[in-house]
Amino acid sequence: MNLIDKIFKFNGGINAETKKNISTSMAVEKIEIPKKLILPLRQHIGNMPKIKVSTGDYVLKGQLIAEADGNVSAAIHAPTSGEIKSIEKLLIPHPSGLPDYCIVIAPDMKDQWIKKSSIDWKKIGLDQTIKLLLNSGIVGLGGAAFPSHLKLGLNRTNKIDTLIVNAAECEPYITCDDMLMREKSEELMKGIQLVQELLGAKETIIGIEDNKPEALDKINFYINKKSSITAKVVPTIYPSGDAKRLIYLINGIKIPKQKRAAEYGIQMFNVATIIAIYRFINFGEPSLSRIVTITGNLHKPRNYEVLFGTSLKDLIKKSGGQINKNNTFIMGGPMMGFKLPSIDISVTKTMNCVISAEQDMIEEKNEPLPCIRCSKCAEACPVELQPQELFWFSKSDQFEKAQNYNLFDCIECGCCSYVCPSNIPLVQFYRYAKSEIIADNIAKEEAGIARDRNDFRILRLEREKKERAERNAKRKLESSSNDKSKLIEEKRAEIAAALGRINKDEKIK
Amino acid sequence: MFSQQSPFIQKAPSVTWVMMLVMAALVPGIIAYIFLFGFGVLLNITIAIITAVIAEYFILKIRNLPVKLFITDGSAVVAASLLALSIPSIAPWWIIVIGTLFTIIVAKHMYGGLGSNLFNPAMVGYAVLLISFPAIMTKWPLPISHLLDFNIGQQMETFFYGTKSLIDSVSSATPLDYIKTQIFLNKPFELNFTKGMPLNSYFNASIIISFCFLIGGIFMWIKKIITWHLPVTFLLSLILISAVFWIIDPSRYLSPLTHLVSGGTLLCAFFIITDPVSGPTTPKGKIFFAFGVALLVYLIRVFGGYPEGIAFAVILMNICVPLIDSLTQPRVFGHE
Repeated sequence: MNLIDKIFKFNGGINAETKKNISTSMAVEKIEIPKKLILPLRQHIGNMPKIKVSTGDYVLKGQLIAEADGNVSAAIHAPTSGEIKSIEKLLIPHPSGLPDYCIVIAPDMKDQWIKKSSIDWKKIGLDQTIKLLLNSGIVGLGGAAFPSHLKLGLNRTNKIDTLIVNAAECEPYITCDDMLMREKSEELMKGIQLVQELLGAKETIIGIEDNKPEALDKINFYINKKSSITAKVVPTIYPSGDAKRLIYLINGIKIPKQKRAAEYGIQMFNVATIIAIYRFINFGEPSLSRIVTITGNLHKPRNYEVLFGTSLKDLIKKSGGQINKNNTFIMGGPMMGFKLPSIDISVTKTMNCVISAEQDMIEEKNEPLPCIRCSKCAEACPVELQPQELFWFSKSDQFEKAQNYNLFDCIECGCCSYVCPSNIPLVQFYRYAKSEIIADNIAKEEAGIARDRNDFRILRLEREKKERAERNAKRKLESSSNDKSKLIEEKRAEIAAALGRINKDEKIK
Repeated sequence: MFSQQSPFIQKAPSVTWVMMLVMAALVPGIIAYIFLFGFGVLLNITIAIITAVIAEYFILKIRNLPVKLFITDGSAVVAASLLALSIPSIAPWWIIVIGTLFTIIVAKHMYGGLGSNLFNPAMVGYAVLLISFPAIMTKWPLPISHLLDFNIGQQMETFFYGTKSLIDSVSSATPLDYIKTQIFLNKPFELNFTKGMPLNSYFNASIIISFCFLIGGIFMWIKKIITWHLPVTFLLSLILISAVFWIIDPSRYLSPLTHLVSGGTLLCAFFIITDPVSGPTTPKGKIFFAFGVALLVYLIRVFGGYPEGIAFAVILMNICVPLIDSLTQPRVFGHE
């Protein structure tokens, strides 16, 4: 059997109802420029970018408004032309519900571009290209938001043989990548070619779940036998879109949590990210918009192409509002997403999907029963962990044991909670244990530093004491020897004087 | 607070539903039992379930646990039914009540209740009864005798007043018991499987009942309540071990088939050792566990002091579960 035909099935996973067809019946709708754009500075993994504009400035579309701070960071650009209204703390899409720094732009509706220029990357060289990409604002658009230039730059330390394009989109409800592939397949294929060349990879494999036949047809149209690009259909099993699970499905290589795919000669990009890189290199367009799925309990669920900073509330209004008004929304998929504290937020680079919660998602679940060790969770775990043991150790605060049972290999995919007959919120227990261990390690580290400092202080005090004692002894010795000689001299002088007097008396006699 | 976090969707059969399926899987075996050994079996199961639920209710009250949540989980009903199926159909009512009370109060709740019991509760109850009342616990009626001269009135009588009133012709030693006695007396045994003889009718009845439990077991496997590891390993190991001895000396050791259908081997394979709480959780661990039970069952049956060793074998192997689990951890994804 040819390698390309063979699928390496990972352990477990779940077959959840995909619910994807609710949002794929209509084409992606491009949203016109809104009256206000709110751009959070934190939209990616890494350092917060440095603000390059101030209130009142006029900016053009594509103009850099916040610059990447260091290598692990990403820039932010003005999604359209307009005036910087304010720079203030506003709500951002984050589970904490805490406000963070945002740049607010009032568009002038002219949508005037900054001077764009394509990049001749072969001429300027890879290093220079990656430096430019640092300020392209492009991050992984699959949801993780890892700065893309870092992934492209890795082939300088590791030789990349294979580019894997993540088109699995395994979470239920989400369809933004599916729609992107259906509508922009040509651009995607050109992008893949480009990224493959940038990485110096020999081949590209597109991993796509078998529930997207239309997208697959579109892709296959551009694939011929001679090309180094192939599409590999993987079964619809959540979490097939998890990077390491997809690599295993395709290549049969199991990469542990602690290692990067690049060390195995593999690099992975999401389809939307590939198009973003293509548009930056070929047209000089930075990352300004994305496709977002607005779905679930809504009258008109659909995919929208929106500028970053567009109000989510407006999109939900556009989708006809909630059928069942429960005012609960989930960002991301139902398996790994989080409940939005509010919808008064804007679309960011990480926002691939917003689900208006169905009744069963927010209903108070039945009270959990004790674990009956049925090991359904172990059967479902794609990382081959023993969730029932990890649960036991997390619950009883035996964190060292939990670590010995590889707690930190857990990807929090939620398969264990999904299948648990006792209704135990297992993932929450793992998150708790992980955060406790991390906090504990930080505390230990700090305690270590404090101990070192104290040890040094004691050492220093002792040394000073010793030095002082030595100094005193020396001084004493010095001063005492001086006194003696003085005394001797004085006595000698006295004696001499006395002898002199005697001699005088004898002469007189 | 917990429902605020992902995953927001779930699709899992509840514990109650799983226990109901286990009860459904027991139905063919129970029907066969009633047909072959009289409706005393049904009386036993009924009294066991009633006792279990009442005991569970009071214990939950005493332990200050949510009664409705735990009493509907169905685990007490399953444990009581398994115990009742292990007790001879002509046992008096108080035997079942004592066994069930021990099962629920001591073996289950004193160890912490659902999910915490170290030993298989039904087997603890059975072992206590076997040690305390060996005569009653090893006396089975002749199969189908209830249709001939052991009428319903007599069955009710034995249920309430014990077997004293019972005429000898309706009860007899089971094959395992008979052979054990013969070996103990150092007499060669003769398995007279000719038609009409007690041993033959026991043997045939055992085959029918075993087959019914097998059907129930396959049903649970299809419904994904159990995996193949435990039953398949247990049965294969028992066949293998008994075959070795049988080949060495067929005149002293019973054939693998006799071991396979005797004394609830199939009930053990699919319903007893598959208890998740007191069993191992790793696939490899399940194989070790099932092999261990099979070996101990054989040793106790052939060389031990009791004609049937399943309860003791299971309890002994339950002790080893934490060790087995920790030694058989599967390799984590990507780990060397």
